[in-house]
Amino acid sequence: MKNIVELKDVSKLYDETVALGGIDLVIKKNEFVTLLGPSGCGKTTTLRLIGGFEQPTTGSIFFDDVDITNVPPHKRKVNTVFQRYALFSHLNVFENVAFGLRIKKLSENAIVEKVDKMLSLVNLSGFEKRDINSLSGGQQQRVAIARALVNEPEVLLLDEPLAALDLKLRREMQHELKNMQQQLGITFVFVTHDQEEALSMSDTVVVMQDGEIQQIGSPVDIYNEPINSFVADFIGESNIVDGIMLEDRLVDFAGSRFECVDSGFGKNELVDVVIRPEDLVLIPAEKAKLTGVVRSVNFLGVHYEMIIEAKDGARWLVHSTIMEPVGTEVGLGLEPMDIHIMKKVG
Amino acid sequence: MRRQSMMPYLAWMLLFIIVPLLLVVYYAFTIPSETGNVWSLENFTRFFEPIYLKVLWRSVYLAVLSTMICLLLGYPAAMIMVGNAFTRKSALMLLFVVPMWMNFLLRTYAWLTLLERNGFINVLLSALRLPRLNILYTNSAVILGMVYNFLPFMVLPIYSVLSKIDKDVIEAAGDLGANSLKVFMKVVFPLSLPGVVSGITMVFMPALTTFVISRLLGGGQFTLVGNLIEQQFLVVGDWGFGSAISVIMILLILLSMAIMSFFEGEESEVAPW
Repeated sequence: MKNIVELKDVSKLYDETVALGGIDLVIKKNEFVTLLGPSGCGKTTTLRLIGGFEQPTTGSIFFDDVDITNVPPHKRKVNTVFQRYALFSHLNVFENVAFGLRIKKLSENAIVEKVDKMLSLVNLSGFEKRDINSLSGGQQQRVAIARALVNEPEVLLLDEPLAALDLKLRREMQHELKNMQQQLGITFVFVTHDQEEALSMSDTVVVMQDGEIQQIGSPVDIYNEPINSFVADFIGESNIVDGIMLEDRLVDFAGSRFECVDSGFGKNELVDVVIRPEDLVLIPAEKAKLTGVVRSVNFLGVHYEMIIEAKDGARWLVHSTIMEPVGTEVGLGLEPMDIHIMKKVG
Repeated sequence: MRRQSMMPYLAWMLLFIIVPLLLVVYYAFTIPSETGNVWSLENFTRFFEPIYLKVLWRSVYLAVLSTMICLLLGYPAAMIMVGNAFTRKSALMLLFVVPMWMNFLLRTYAWLTLLERNGFINVLLSALRLPRLNILYTNSAVILGMVYNFLPFMVLPIYSVLSKIDKDVIEAAGDLGANSLKVFMKVVFPLSLPGVVSGITMVFMPALTTFVISRLLGGGQFTLVGNLIEQQFLVVGDWGFGSAISVIMILLILLSMAIMSFFEGEESEVAPW
């Protein structure tokens, strides 16, 4: 696939604060890319730079291989869905969606046709004359999406568009957005702090922290092969403990030696050991290297969430469909490939 | 409880608003005769004589003109105030507000000395070898006085509406292809209309009825409706005619407020379906 948006060594400083510290990012045509990270990680800044609302302090931005770093927003072939919708409260639903088309001076017939088509795509047919303030949050969200998409942008930027919706509606909109993206064949750049949202919708996830890109990859890669303990911790839940890499494929942590599948670390290098809670299996204590006492049990529907306290005081988070009562001594079993070894950060 | 706590306010309104208004209406519709006051429309018919209509026309003309000047000066000023960094914003705001702390009469008297034939402005102009400015006791001086005194009432409501416009909305318009001029025409200005309407109302009303500015800066040569009413009460002693003009002015103001609120209401109209 062809590259559509390219950021080369782009940084952004606000006064002396670094919002973005020289990132490189390539977005391919028709991709659903999610910028994921905690608040203040630079994901919204990145989106605003692509939209043209901010100028980078250094670096350049390319669109279809053309440098657009200094092109103002109204001349870029991208459209944005804003976090708080940013609808025009003085215009009705139809006129909100028609706004971009009227700027382009399309004929009235063409405008009516395109707006009608777009409103039916977002399930708002019949709402044309409605006042913006009379719509629910979900409906306003759809108007915002229709208003952006009706301009047939090559790239649609979405800034936490679902953050204000309740959980059920959010799930629904996630599906709808994904469907729209596939149906229309438009590149989506989606900003969120919700890792589940990122994993379920994206082709590519870009994990960011402190103005730096931590990892770029498919949702499966990001989840299964997090590059460092930050990504591991941010994407899903993780147990992260200190360990010592004794040699290739042998690590020492929690007072025992474990076989693992990682190599290429220095001898006796201090590392982070990351283990997903669903990879820990409850087994009889006498058969396990890792043992502890069940401290809490939480039923979460699909599985139980348990905290097992080991003798060294470490608390292990375990997700399992079987449960042991609080106070029981249990063993924790794990396979070599479930032990993820990561270089210490910082 | 609630009704009881309202009592002092109701009494206040009755005593100082309702009763005086009723008195004005009573005087307007009566003329004195040998048997006491009798009901008559004579006070009103008198107002429609050309000489008084001319006064009314001049008042409306000057008020409209100074309201328009206030709008043309005030809107950009409000925009600059909204667009600036916080520190400069409050400095600018002070520039508009500080003169309002001073007595209205004093401010207007100050212009009198500034504009005088040998006043500060003319001394300055002749020092710079520029032609003198002789606008005191002309329409221009009256308009200057009105604009100077009422400009803050235009700037502040527009400023408060503009500062509440979400920055995202302006960015969204740009994102949809609008350049700065179109963003202003299609988004910022329509959204600021409520502020413009209340600014116009707050300037037009006092400008229409002022008598101090026209007397001081117009030198009494330019009688406005406000002066006419003042004269009837304080100089001529014809309370009936003065009251009749007052009633006409009240009706005019109510009418213009109704027109204004129609424009304001149009913006927030909700379709019935």
